[in-house]
Amino acid sequence: MAQTVLFWALAVAAVASAVAVVTMRNILRAAVMLAVSFLAVAGLFVLLNADFLAVVQVLIYVGAVSVLLVFAVLLTGDAQAGSASNRLRVPGAMLSVLLLAALGAVALRTDWALLEGVAPGTFALVQEVLTETPQQLADLLLSNWSLPFEVASVLLLAAIVGALVLVRERHP
Amino acid sequence: MNAFLAGNSLMRGLYCWLAANQGNAQECSPGWQPGMAARDGLLPAGWEWLAFAVTASVAAFLVLNLFLLLAMFYTYLERRLIGRFQVRIGPNRTGPWGLLQPVADAIKLLTKESIIPDGADRWLFNLAPIAMVVTMFMVLAVLPFGEGTFIADINVGLLFLIAVTSVNALAVFMAGVASGNRYAMFGGVRAVAQLISYEVPMVLSVVGVLLLAGSLSLVDIVNAQRVPFLLLQPLGFFIFVVGASAEMNRPPFDTLEAESEIVAGYHTEYSGMKFGYFWLAEYSAVLTTSGVIATLFLNGWQGPLLPSHVWFLLKVFGLAFVFIWVRSTLPRVRIDQTMAFAWKFLLPLGLLNIFVTAAEILVLGQPQGEGRVFSTGGLWLMAGINVTVTIGSVAVFSRLVSLRTPALPVPAAHLSRVEAR
Repeated sequence: MAQTVLFWALAVAAVASAVAVVTMRNILRAAVMLAVSFLAVAGLFVLLNADFLAVVQVLIYVGAVSVLLVFAVLLTGDAQAGSASNRLRVPGAMLSVLLLAALGAVALRTDWALLEGVAPGTFALVQEVLTETPQQLADLLLSNWSLPFEVASVLLLAAIVGALVLVRERHP
Repeated sequence: MNAFLAGNSLMRGLYCWLAANQGNAQECSPGWQPGMAARDGLLPAGWEWLAFAVTASVAAFLVLNLFLLLAMFYTYLERRLIGRFQVRIGPNRTGPWGLLQPVADAIKLLTKESIIPDGADRWLFNLAPIAMVVTMFMVLAVLPFGEGTFIADINVGLLFLIAVTSVNALAVFMAGVASGNRYAMFGGVRAVAQLISYEVPMVLSVVGVLLLAGSLSLVDIVNAQRVPFLLLQPLGFFIFVVGASAEMNRPPFDTLEAESEIVAGYHTEYSGMKFGYFWLAEYSAVLTTSGVIATLFLNGWQGPLLPSHVWFLLKVFGLAFVFIWVRSTLPRVRIDQTMAFAWKFLLPLGLLNIFVTAAEILVLGQPQGEGRVFSTGGLWLMAGINVTVTIGSVAVFSRLVSLRTPALPVPAAHLSRVEAR
């Protein structure tokens, strides 16, 4: 019961603040609402027993992404005046609808009854997997999925080097 | 829910008084055997969540208020000690030995007018101090204060700690930009740049602790310390302490709000209790950070003879004393030196520390189950190697990295860029 109440509170908060991000004219307030939305999603992760994901969500999205976003927006031109131009509204809407359709399709096709249909003997096993998420994730990342893991880090390195090349000062 | 209560003597008593039943009999009576009748709690079955909510609220209330009392005492201690370091007396007029000085300060802040400037974004301006204080107090949720005394032992505790302190940067930025003042905005940008930069070496420095403890839970990390990790991780300790003092805007890295040299920084426009919140967050950060350092590197609450809570407080205030000592002794460094120090000095040392620690665990540790265990000789060898590596690498790197002033004359354009960063 308590979990249902929490879920709806968090879900409503996440969606409402996400809508506020899009509709607010003040760019700084929009960024703060984005952080609120991220926090609510982190709460949803906690309800799903994904504690590692929840904490990483706060660490990366609230602590870093939204700050860097505000940083970048504030330091580029007339951000104080309000939200940027609307020329990309139609492609943006199309992309959002496509994304929503894809996520909806995945959500509907997934078998969510992870703990309900499990045989009595394996219940504890599934529960252990769900409570020891950091270890499980680390094992998977460093065994089966080590190649994507490494590729992602190479991608980040390339992004850093690219950013450095772009902003480097050329001394005469 | 019950997993939270295992080994938690702070919350178990009240929870069991409210909601003891067949399902959680094991947690509620230490000597419980299968077949024994369970004591009944006040609440009927199915209401465990309410018992949990009440228990957690009471524990949080107690911890927070005790912590605030300590923070109050700490501000007095800091002012008195700085007075001593500067060969003056310090506050000694309010109450016996000046002990009521923090109370007087609080009353002063509460009764001052709270001004909101015309150009400010009222909503964010009011939200920023709250966000700042909340993120600071969230740390208390996972910190073990003594044997079995903690609010929650979550198995991503250390990461939780890093995550909530990183939200701090957003609060600082909000305060700076919402003030509607150029100086406050520059102060905010400057502060965020420093906070984000020092987060990187700090996170790298705790990886060594993680590798040794094999767990992210702070309770497990304390239990894993047969010897204080300070001996096994001197380099990590050094980086963490330096990074922490930069994260807290403590001297020598307090260019963010160097009150004697530049306009205060992100909280320029704040007055009254809203400024008091920033002030409170800043001072209590010293205590929470000392608690984190004590937990990660100094054995946490473990110690002989004295009760565990006393040991924890002793370590926290010992570290706080070191922070005060550093503050009153070292001169301030320039902002470009601060940033260069994070990226050119602490970051490579952090990477080196991870590499050395991982190699040692691979070579010296004997595999047992999923983790690795160390013999006493292995631990001493490891401590010896790590102390040598620390001294050597710090000596080498301080030669390699120069923090000298760029050669004058500097073009005006270049200067302004450096300052804006």
